[in-house]
Amino acid sequence: MHKNIMIAGVGGQGIIVAADIIALAAIHSGYDVKKSEIHGMSQRGGSVTSSVKFAKKVLSPVITSGEADILLSFELLESLRQIHFLKDGGFLAVNNMKIDPLPVAVGNFEYPPDIKERLLSIVGEKNVLFVDALDSVKSIGDVRTMNVFLIGAISSKIPQIKSVSWEKAIRERLPEKAFDKNIKAFEMGKNSR
Amino acid sequence: MEKALLSGNEAVARGAFEADVKVAAAYPGTPSTEILENIAQYGEIYKEWSVNEKVALEVAAGASMAGARAICAMKHVGLNVAADPLFSMSYIGATGGFIVVSADDPGMHSSQNEQDNRHYARAAKIPCLEPSDSQESKDFVAIGMEMSEKYDTPVLLRMTTRVCHSKTVVKISDKKQWANIEYLKDIKKRIIVPAHAKVRHAVVEERTKKLIEFAKKTKLNKKPSKKSNFLVIASGISLYYAKEALPEMDFFKIGLSWPLNLEAIKETTKNYKKVYVVEENDPFIENELKTAGIKVIGKDVFPQVDELDQEKIAIALKKDTALKVPVKGLPPRPPALCPGCPHTGIFYALSKLKLPATGDIGCYTLGAFPPLNALDTTVCMGASITNAHGIEKAEVGELSKKIVAVIGDSTFFHSGLTGLANMVYNRSKGIVVILDNSTTAMTGHQGHPGTGKTLHYGDQEIIDIYAVVSALGVKDIHKVDPHDIPSVKEAFKKALAFDGISVIIAKRPCIFLVPNRSYGKVYSVNTEKCIGCKICVELGCPAISFKNRKSIINPFLCVGCGLCASLCPTKAITFQGGANA
Repeated sequence: MHKNIMIAGVGGQGIIVAADIIALAAIHSGYDVKKSEIHGMSQRGGSVTSSVKFAKKVLSPVITSGEADILLSFELLESLRQIHFLKDGGFLAVNNMKIDPLPVAVGNFEYPPDIKERLLSIVGEKNVLFVDALDSVKSIGDVRTMNVFLIGAISSKIPQIKSVSWEKAIRERLPEKAFDKNIKAFEMGKNSR
Repeated sequence: MEKALLSGNEAVARGAFEADVKVAAAYPGTPSTEILENIAQYGEIYKEWSVNEKVALEVAAGASMAGARAICAMKHVGLNVAADPLFSMSYIGATGGFIVVSADDPGMHSSQNEQDNRHYARAAKIPCLEPSDSQESKDFVAIGMEMSEKYDTPVLLRMTTRVCHSKTVVKISDKKQWANIEYLKDIKKRIIVPAHAKVRHAVVEERTKKLIEFAKKTKLNKKPSKKSNFLVIASGISLYYAKEALPEMDFFKIGLSWPLNLEAIKETTKNYKKVYVVEENDPFIENELKTAGIKVIGKDVFPQVDELDQEKIAIALKKDTALKVPVKGLPPRPPALCPGCPHTGIFYALSKLKLPATGDIGCYTLGAFPPLNALDTTVCMGASITNAHGIEKAEVGELSKKIVAVIGDSTFFHSGLTGLANMVYNRSKGIVVILDNSTTAMTGHQGHPGTGKTLHYGDQEIIDIYAVVSALGVKDIHKVDPHDIPSVKEAFKKALAFDGISVIIAKRPCIFLVPNRSYGKVYSVNTEKCIGCKICVELGCPAISFKNRKSIINPFLCVGCGLCASLCPTKAITFQGGANA
């Protein structure tokens, strides 16, 4: 068993924290874990990816093209940008959110209008989940729980991680006062299918 | 034994704590920054953000000479700044253990070049350790300290971005108390005037022989047990990429990449049909082996440019890989200045006034790109000021008359001060804009002398940039709010008319320092009033888009700085009230 999870999105969306939570949950479920990310320039609104690999023993910390079991994307365009990382038969979860890159905002490029169709044709309907994380977490009263909602949305695809491990990881990684809100977001995400 | 998921940088910090390091110094720079940020949690260690890497290395050197264990950390290009004392410290050696961390950036995720700093270890004749994961990042600090003390040498701990920023499982240990070595004055060792240095050079050459003997027996290198016909020699993160790509091959792991254990490698390679060297960027190990007459395959098949990974290694050896290619033709998503960024106003004014500008290293380098297009050059920390001075002295017409240098506040203290002193001294007539956002923004908001926020002591009295500039002898100094465009343009006009050097201090805090990252307002566009002039779009604010010939503001991204509203000729952009969601 070797599980590769890749998260994609835009700098500032909480991608790195989300990857941390998955990595910690995998450790608490008894696996060797390697987690990799790139930050620096990319935190200023650029494309960001983070990857989590867990298994009995993990070697390389990075996921290369066609190696991801799950691609979780926090933004529509970024899901298309990183789709080549997903393996055949892998699972794709996409947050229905559009953030214009600057070249689109200033009118030099068009935001692709047909992203969902293209993703469906690449991945196949049964392996794709589109979710409205932002709208869903508004009732919680804190949009910052969006990333944990999205983890919840893919959690059923990672049966190797026990539900107590998710809880433990969320408690460990996030501030104490945000725990209840995030557990709620996680449960909402889990039931979003 | 407690287990933790740590990044390589967090692990180096833990290693410094466990090895009882007394002094740690750094200038922030990706991918090295988190080393000092994490050392900060250990109250026992003295730690500082130094004003630059040369200073950081010299601070750690001082502590080592005094008999305490010391560490300094920097990104690869930072070691260029610190190269001068590094080479001298090789001759002086170490008393308390002395580790210099170089965090290289293969792939240039946030750097201006892809240099391989193992060359520095060989050039300075000091040992080079290359950890492959977080466990080794921690362990190699203790091992490096012992080597440093035993062999009287600084030790280079060479990390790379993937090791620095990947999190892997680490076994945590307790601190091992270590008593400082008693200080004994020894000018023949520590004052390297030529007469002493000649003697020290011979000592260094003797030391290298001893280090080669050490390389023969150290467990930092791991020989294979013969199973395959093919051998891979690899160091650092490349080891794991190669192990994943080539599971059937045997591996000779190199943890000490200078000096190499050439004897053992030569002996081992005899048993294999083919020997590959897998390493990122330069053929450092490969060339050492080839020079020693060992036949290996390296950069003739593996790429020298960019980061490696398991896929690139497999492709290089033409193994079957189900290669999937990225979707083509998508709009790029380059990093941009943040909504509300205080630098935006200056760059907007610069581009409107069509002034050529030399740039520097920091977030504000992003002002070079469309739609602002406000910078002409970026070389290295502090070079904006000195480049501008050179352009002016070249006397090439219009370009030389109106040259502007832009530099951040942290960078100004890093290496802008000397450039500005040089401008005053050599009768420059250029304009220096100090973009003072009251932090070191690019690397994650570290303190510097202009903020007064220290890593060790809490708040300290601020060194006032205006007073410093004035004390250097600059007569024409203007203070502006960069989001007050008319006053920015006015300051440029006055500076352009001044016959001498001018400094404009553009002060407004980084948007990350504003509580809740918002001025408490969200602006929106009245599409009936919007005439589609695109003035607001030209600011390059990520919150503003242009659709159907009208501007629109994304309320999720707007922080309410109001710069766009102040420029709108028809007053179509108005304050909507309410806190940002």
